[in-house]
Amino acid sequence: MKTLGRFLLFLNTLVRRGESFRILFNRTIDEAILIGINSVVIVAIVSTFIGAVTCVQISYNLTNALIPRSTIGFMVREMTILELAPTITSIVLAGKVGSNIAGGLGTMRITEQIDALEVMGINSASYLVLPKIIASLLMFPLLVIVAMTLSILGGYVAGSLSGALSAQEYVEGLRSEFIPYNIVFALIKSFVFAFLISSISSYLGYHTKGGALEVGAASTKAVTNSIIAVLIADFVCAYVLL
Amino acid sequence: MIEIHNIQKSFSGVKVLNGISGIFESGKTNLLLGASGTGKSVLLQCIVGLIKPDLGSITYDGKVFTNNKLDLKQEIRRKIGMLFQGSALFDSMNVEENVEFPLRMLTPMSKEERRERVEFCLKRVGLENAGKKMPSEISGGMKKRVGIARAIAPNSRYLFCDEPNSGLDPLTAIKIDELIYELTKEYDITTVIVTHDMNSVMEIGDNIMFLHKGNKLWEGGREEIMDTKVPELREFIFASSLMRAAKKVDEELGSLDELSTIQNGREPEGEKPQE
Repeated sequence: MKTLGRFLLFLNTLVRRGESFRILFNRTIDEAILIGINSVVIVAIVSTFIGAVTCVQISYNLTNALIPRSTIGFMVREMTILELAPTITSIVLAGKVGSNIAGGLGTMRITEQIDALEVMGINSASYLVLPKIIASLLMFPLLVIVAMTLSILGGYVAGSLSGALSAQEYVEGLRSEFIPYNIVFALIKSFVFAFLISSISSYLGYHTKGGALEVGAASTKAVTNSIIAVLIADFVCAYVLL
Repeated sequence: MIEIHNIQKSFSGVKVLNGISGIFESGKTNLLLGASGTGKSVLLQCIVGLIKPDLGSITYDGKVFTNNKLDLKQEIRRKIGMLFQGSALFDSMNVEENVEFPLRMLTPMSKEERRERVEFCLKRVGLENAGKKMPSEISGGMKKRVGIARAIAPNSRYLFCDEPNSGLDPLTAIKIDELIYELTKEYDITTVIVTHDMNSVMEIGDNIMFLHKGNKLWEGGREEIMDTKVPELREFIFASSLMRAAKKVDEELGSLDELSTIQNGREPEGEKPQE
């Protein structure tokens, strides 16, 4: 409870006496490049293979001749949109972005760079952390959309190459009983996960004490805590929103 | 001028500062001297507002800094420049950008004005050709110079230095000390320096405050410090064999001087009969 209280107070300092809009905008763009653009490749690789593997495994399990093969395309789409794209992408980003945020802020803390900002009269939390959170909120949904697209494409390629189903059957499955709300649900989840990962990692990095060893520990803690928070939030979102 | 009054600070029940008071005048290099763990850095952090003291007040040119509204605190902080022990340069920025940073954040200067000011500050600290280098590409002494340039860039009225010559070779350390001293006089800045280096004390110590176990035991100028009667300060000063030797030479020279004065048939200085 004490940590939660400190975390909420930390979030409060982000919005108190912040810097000008111009500075916030420029910093957010810089962070968006670091968080978003630099993560596209890893997200693309992971999501493509997850889509491909999902397609092959469903095909392997779907032995009943009464079930049409197009069901594979339907199941890949549903699994991708509802769970795999937002959650797996967020877990991957918790590892990449979360450790980067905590490590970067932790290093700034132990090398007195954060103190230097404070002495200048700059709200260091607002200057350093708020752009990271805003950039994450902007970039995570975009990365999830990329992940959805590539995962479905991965399923298409794997299904066609393995001969599990024809391209026509896959597309037929993709188009059957489509619920647009599922996309909204996935994007809401990605917003929630973005906030949790960026804020938890920032909190842990910003409050690092000690030396290089503690920066490493903060980085590890940021990843593990973010993943746990994502999984809990995943369940809560599914329970409340579906 | 900075005035501190009865500054007290404890960590987990352990008293680190025990009612420190004093005045740091402008245009002077004010030194906080003491062994490691005596509370010098904590006092400095209290003065700049990185740590809140448990008790006591800090005044910058008559404006109360402690327990004041955030806006006023920020106003004072924007006149503060600080050189950190590890320089605390921003890793992601080159030397020029580091010096420009406070100008960009704290002043309404145009890009051209900022460029001119950065050029001037880098030239003043002797780094006019290092502007494009990253902090990782420059030496410890150069980092300190960049730190000083960044601290003075926004025309700071108060300069704080936390062990400015730690980790530097003696020659570079003296140059850094001289630079701080010159800037203090040139711009009439109130400078407060945390140090345990006796070279710095003897070179630039206009006003020295000696701290021991969180207490202020002695205050005075560099001319008086060698004659102190405070045992803790004497132990601190003459801890190094170099200082002991210097003292011995000084005493012997004094005796010889006294002897030659007597031999020449003159009364030794200080013993002249009052008219």
